[in-house]
Amino acid sequence: MTQRRSYQVGTGLFILLGFAALAYLATQTTSVANFSQGPSYALKARFDNIGQLKLRAPVKLAGVRIGSVESIALDPSSLEAQVTVAIDDRYRDIPDDSSASIFTSGLLGDQYVGIKPGGSPDMFKDGDEFVLTQSSMQLEDLIGKFLVNGSPEKSGAAAGPADAAPSTSPDPH
Amino acid sequence: MSRARGPSMAGDALAQVGACGLFLLQILAALPASLRHVRETVRQVWFAGAMSLVIIMTCGLFVGMVLGLQLYYVLSIFGGTAALGTVVSLSLYRELGPVVTALLFAGRAGTSMTAEIGLMRATDQIEAMEMMAVDPLAYVVAPRFLAGVIAMPLLACIFNALGIFGAHLVGVAWLGLDNGTFWSNMTSSVDVWKDVVNGVWKSLAFGAVVSLIAVFQGYTTAPTSEGVAYATTRTVVASSIVVLALDFVMTAFLM
Amino acid sequence: MPSGRRGGASAKVAALRAAPSGRNGTQRVAQAPPSIPAVPSGNLVEVRGLATVLGGKTIFDGLDLDIARGKVTAIMGPSGCGKTTLLRHITGQRLPDAGSIRIDGADVPRLPRQALFELREKIGFLFQNSALLTDFTVFENVAFPLRQHLDLPEELVRNIVLTKLQAVGLRGAAGLTPAELSGGMARRVALARAIVRDPMLILYDEPFVGLDPIALNQIVKLIRTLNDTLGVTSILVAHEFSAVTRVADQVFLLAGGKVAAAGTPAELARGDSPWTRQFFGGEADGPVPFQYPAGDYAADLGFPAAGRA
Ligand SMILES: Nc1ncnc2c1ncn2[C@@H]1O[C@H](COP(=O)(O)OP(=O)(O)OP(=O)(O)O)[C@@H](O)[C@H]1O
Ligand SMILES: [Mg+2]
Repeated sequence: MTQRRSYQVGTGLFILLGFAALAYLATQTTSVANFSQGPSYALKARFDNIGQLKLRAPVKLAGVRIGSVESIALDPSSLEAQVTVAIDDRYRDIPDDSSASIFTSGLLGDQYVGIKPGGSPDMFKDGDEFVLTQSSMQLEDLIGKFLVNGSPEKSGAAAGPADAAPSTSPDPH
Repeated sequence: MSRARGPSMAGDALAQVGACGLFLLQILAALPASLRHVRETVRQVWFAGAMSLVIIMTCGLFVGMVLGLQLYYVLSIFGGTAALGTVVSLSLYRELGPVVTALLFAGRAGTSMTAEIGLMRATDQIEAMEMMAVDPLAYVVAPRFLAGVIAMPLLACIFNALGIFGAHLVGVAWLGLDNGTFWSNMTSSVDVWKDVVNGVWKSLAFGAVVSLIAVFQGYTTAPTSEGVAYATTRTVVASSIVVLALDFVMTAFLM
Repeated sequence: MPSGRRGGASAKVAALRAAPSGRNGTQRVAQAPPSIPAVPSGNLVEVRGLATVLGGKTIFDGLDLDIARGKVTAIMGPSGCGKTTLLRHITGQRLPDAGSIRIDGADVPRLPRQALFELREKIGFLFQNSALLTDFTVFENVAFPLRQHLDLPEELVRNIVLTKLQAVGLRGAAGLTPAELSGGMARRVALARAIVRDPMLILYDEPFVGLDPIALNQIVKLIRTLNDTLGVTSILVAHEFSAVTRVADQVFLLAGGKVAAAGTPAELARGDSPWTRQFFGGEADGPVPFQYPAGDYAADLGFPAAGRA
């Protein structure tokens, strides 16, 4: 009867709402959100050390996400890490002397590839390679350097790199 | 006195656990028959799930906002506020969403299941059904149990979504975190299977446990006003303990 | 487990059955000869050697009882003598400690749950406290057995339910909820629910309680009509002897865990035994104590001297 029907409709709505929430969580707040952002083109970059860079990590230019890491491989001849990034087709006009670096968002955040635009009149094409790259800044190296250069007896050493971190791995904003 | 009661109380608790387990078997045995009463299950999903929406959504929003504030403060000590979205979503998906939803569900829907079934027993309605050749396990108990199992994960997802919204509200709109950083950090660290889906498994298990306790307490209550009151209290107490204990076990094994 | 139905006492059954139990002091006038459980016998329900102890109190002590097929049988007896308990035994809601109960040849206490439910589909039961489902309207309460067991078109359900409600005079109350009914109305709704599937056996636990004389008259007529037109067997627990006289073919008077007297209402009304004389004469003193078994009254009130005197 009508009362019973309204139950059923309401319950249906509730279940829909629940599944909508699940779908939202699963697709918009997880790494799934980084999959296939539409048409893109590939660029390559070689790094001595990629640190904790992961697949599908963001690629940013001026802090704006423009693509993601598509593959990470070791070049057997040069023993460098070869990283392929997929750049959204909307961002076609990136000068071909731009540099790629691996940054950490904050001190504890994840690593991402940051692109610093150059001044060349020519733009990157699909399959091009970055000439200028800068590897991931290793926290261990930083601390090691600091301990060697700075005062070794102070417990203030722990605070040192924390202060230094923003300058060494500038989160662009 | 207390020394004499100690072992007997432990024995009582053990007996209750055993009876509860047997009751679960009875419910499972009645599940096929309860498929005939789909309408009743739908009605119970309405009562247990849809009617809990307000409390779940409100609490989810506030929990998210509090998490946003607290974690922002903690993260800013390490200069890691960019990770706010990540930390909030991980703690919600893996722990707070399933657990808090289960505790709220026990208080909101579990108690009403217990009281309802208890009163049905006290007023002979259960026996009347048996006399009409309707199995109360299939008609009354199994639909409520099923409804709990269905509703809990959905409620937990809604709770989580509202929590994320709340944290975003505090972190981005109020404390001025960058919107893009908030989301991109989250999306690069949260895994669908390890975080979101494991949380759903948890809340499925909690749904089963809480509604089992609720229907068990209602079904076996002493048919008096005091008995029903007692059973309702026991539902909340037992569900809370079991949910938190089970949460530990599941976290240890799942994650 | 409250729904406890398991096979239980069986050892004593044979012994109790063999013993010529509880005939002394009873009048068996219109009684069918005890028969081997042949299905087409004159008895729909046969109770043999029923023994029950509840909470330390012996309720039945080797009770034998036959309910004739197609007749209205009334069970009477002082309050607390176990009439409701007897009905529960007959429908398998409560297991006896010993004895057998056969309905149409089926041994009720030993039936598996499935078979018991199949049997119950053919039995209507009016609870002493109505036991309406409080979540449903009057209409849905009466329709409940139909909806649960038969897949009838809504139109037909409506027709059947309204017919039964009309029979108990409550067609107009179909939309009310049980909380909006008076006690007497609830009884009549419960009655409509008990008869909605046209069962072969109907058990009424005090159908006349709380009814005004007009409704009572109608219900008496209804029970009688169901019997005469559909051949339903009815078992009726009631205290109103005048109503019982009009409706019952056979009356059993229970007392002391046994059948104290049996016969047609007219025979019992003559009051040939001390049981019937006390019960139908309403005398406080006699073989049936008015008091629930208790210790010395004066001692209870704290007068030790009076207790000794
Ligand atoms: N669950 C129980 N536990 C213990 N004793 C019970 C229980 N149920 C009933 N009794 C006892 O059994 C006896 C018979 O109860 P029953 O309800 O059959 O009486 P009755 O003949 O129907 O009385 P009334 O005419 O008042 O309805 C009572 O003395 C009651 O105290
Ligand atoms: Mg009674």
